[in-house]
Amino acid sequence: MNSKLERDPQLHNHRDLETVLEKPILAAESLSLWYGASQALKEISLSIPERRITALIGPSGCGKSTLLRCFNRLNDLVDGVRIEGDIRFHGSSIFDPEVDVNGLRRQIGMVFQKSNPFPKSIFENVAYGCRIHGMNRKRELEEVVERSLVRAGLWDEVKDRLHESALGMSGGQQQRLCIARAIAVEPEVILLDEPCSALDPIATAKIEELMQELKERYTLLIVTHNMQQAARASDYTAFMYLGERVEFGETGQLFVNPSEKQTEDYISGRFG
Amino acid sequence: MTRRKLIGDSLTFLTAGALALDIIFVIAVIVLIAAKGLGHFWQKDLIELKLNDGRVYLGEIWNRESNPDAGTRVRLKVGNRDVSGTDFIWVDERQVEVQTIPVNAVLVERSEWGNFYGYPVAIRHGDRILAEGSAAVMRRFGSVHAEKSRQLQRIHEIEKDEIGDVNFQIEKLRLTLRRVELGGGDSAARAELESQLDAQQYRYDRLVTKLESLNAEFESERLVLETADGIERAIVLGHVIRLVQPNVLSAVDAIGLYASRIGEFLTAESRESNTEGGVFPAIFGTVMMVFIMSIVVVPFGVLAAIYLREYAKEGLAVRVVRIAVNNLAGVPSIVFGVFGLGFFVYLMGGSIDRLFYPESLPNPTFGTGGILWASLTLALLTVPVVIVATEEGLAAVPQAARQGSRALGATRFETLWRVVVPAAMPGILTGLILAMARAAGEVAPLMIVGMVKLAPTLPVDGNFPFVHLERKFMHLGFHIFDVGFQSPNVEAVKPMVFATALVLILVVLATNLIAILLRNRLRRKYAASAV
Ligand SMILES: Nc1ncnc2c1ncn2[C@@H]1O[C@H](COP(=O)(O)OP(=O)(O)O)[C@@H](O)[C@H]1O
Ligand SMILES: [Mg+2]
Repeated sequence: MNSKLERDPQLHNHRDLETVLEKPILAAESLSLWYGASQALKEISLSIPERRITALIGPSGCGKSTLLRCFNRLNDLVDGVRIEGDIRFHGSSIFDPEVDVNGLRRQIGMVFQKSNPFPKSIFENVAYGCRIHGMNRKRELEEVVERSLVRAGLWDEVKDRLHESALGMSGGQQQRLCIARAIAVEPEVILLDEPCSALDPIATAKIEELMQELKERYTLLIVTHNMQQAARASDYTAFMYLGERVEFGETGQLFVNPSEKQTEDYISGRFG
Repeated sequence: MTRRKLIGDSLTFLTAGALALDIIFVIAVIVLIAAKGLGHFWQKDLIELKLNDGRVYLGEIWNRESNPDAGTRVRLKVGNRDVSGTDFIWVDERQVEVQTIPVNAVLVERSEWGNFYGYPVAIRHGDRILAEGSAAVMRRFGSVHAEKSRQLQRIHEIEKDEIGDVNFQIEKLRLTLRRVELGGGDSAARAELESQLDAQQYRYDRLVTKLESLNAEFESERLVLETADGIERAIVLGHVIRLVQPNVLSAVDAIGLYASRIGEFLTAESRESNTEGGVFPAIFGTVMMVFIMSIVVVPFGVLAAIYLREYAKEGLAVRVVRIAVNNLAGVPSIVFGVFGLGFFVYLMGGSIDRLFYPESLPNPTFGTGGILWASLTLALLTVPVVIVATEEGLAAVPQAARQGSRALGATRFETLWRVVVPAAMPGILTGLILAMARAAGEVAPLMIVGMVKLAPTLPVDGNFPFVHLERKFMHLGFHIFDVGFQSPNVEAVKPMVFATALVLILVVLATNLIAILLRNRLRRKYAASAV
């Protein structure tokens, strides 16, 4: 684990969690959420540092996906959801009535657990978000599509079949297409909900590699229940348990020297 | 073998057998109709029968059956309705003394009185003889007939286009005049209209005179023929459609004749109250009606399905609506016809007439059956099919795709319009295919909302506004019924009925095929659900 710290010079400069988190890009402030009568999130406070990879870990059903969907207000689509507390994006509340939710979702993109390309061509999948947000010129769209696919590491594999159906790609390619689709609209934050859980190890490795490149430009928040992945790929890690945020810290710190008993039990595989 | 395995095996046979039986029935239907329908156009030999009582007959052998007592009898199509009064006779084969296949025998297809069977004698122009003797007549016929065809075409042009146009103008002027009068308009405008009317009337009179002289010229040549029992007949040569010597046809000519008859059947108008000629107006009416129906039913059905599936909250109301929609598909079609008559024709059509065509009242324009009302009636009949299929298509679009779209900042409507509906397109097309197949086959409701036995004009022509949705139209399904059961000579028209049925099947098949190809292309493009 220590070797990782040495490997990542960026992290070296920001070893102090407090310093990094002075101005977080996203911050949940005692956020609680109820599905009808059952409470799924309890008073969660969490600050997401800019241009870093933050991992959310915890046993299944502890509320990781729910929390993630709060950040782009995707829970608005679920009936009977009630939220208390606040989330701040660049310091201002995302629940403010003034906020344009669709604009927010453009700035905070999302990649789902199960890849969900649209039943359209590869090109149209990537261009979709741009078209929605008003970009119509063919040349511009072509540029965006190429740039996004290059950044998602998919360009070389698909450049000759841009106009074929996206549903004919392999699972790993589909997931990277979903990443390309998300970055095509130039978001600031990308939320990833267990993006590798349905992929084989090689495809997983590709996506992890990709995440390292993406953090140069974007803030990444990834849910995973794979602790090796969190340890390998993230800069910061939050551990959740039964709807509560138990611990949050630098990944190396959290895995080597957890301060909470529950965290230690979980990462050493005693439950979960 | 255990008992359970035995039951399982026999079940396999049972299901496979049922399927095989279904397939056999379908194939049998198509083969029977195709054989009976297509055989009709093939020219058989002409047989001459001399009977022991001195009678002589010339004709085609239609069918043969055993006598009630002994031996067999044949039914002979002898034509010559204008001479003998019947097309068919029965001959007891025991009475036949000599049976020959005469080389000179000809078959004349003509525009009235049905076929003529006999021997060519001469071609006359007034008292002048242009050709005499069988060989000479056959040689000369071609060139004379070609000229007659040109004249006939010219006559049709004048009748349909020029006189049609003048009539159209006169009718329009008359209606304008009437509108001016209804509005108590000024006399200057009235005088102007009346003078225009006079001008058109003058044009009309001149055209009629011209037509009369053309007609006289057209009818000047006669084809003289002799029947098997020696009666001479002179037929206006222009009325002859084909003159064939069936017994000396080469294989190539026989095939050519066959093809040209099928071509005529598909492209010509009908003659002799539908018992002869082609079915083109009926094909046109059927296709156009199905087309208009599709244009109407798809948007309505799709919008309704989108509301039911995407917007309405699941609950009692939606369930009731869904049940009602499903049951609508089971309502007998004639009920829709009655509704169409009451609602579309009388209520909507009547209102349109009062509002927009008061000058032609009491003659209805839209207030009577027409292709538009027929199409709308059918759209009503088929809309449940489209709704159900579209709903299934929408349900098959994964929820994850919608979430993905929303997460990119698309609104609910954008998601629906750009992701869900395109992905549901194969399902929508399936609905359309079923609707078209149903619509093309419906006859009963149409009989009261605008379908007719014989329409004078197609619903599309050269007169503004080119598409006349208020016009009555012909339909293949009704054509089958009319020809098969309403014509005086049932035996003669039987093949026509089969041929028309075959065309109807092919039209339905063709429209479906187009939609299916379209659907497959979309499916390949999206590689989406299998609905
Ligand atoms: N749409 C929903 N309606 C009701 N309960 C839900 C819904 N989604 C999740 N839950 C509940 O909320 C809790 C947290 O779920 P989730 O956030 O999916 O957990 P995780 O992603 O950590 O596995 C679970 O108990 C789950 O049953
Ligand atoms: Mg989850």
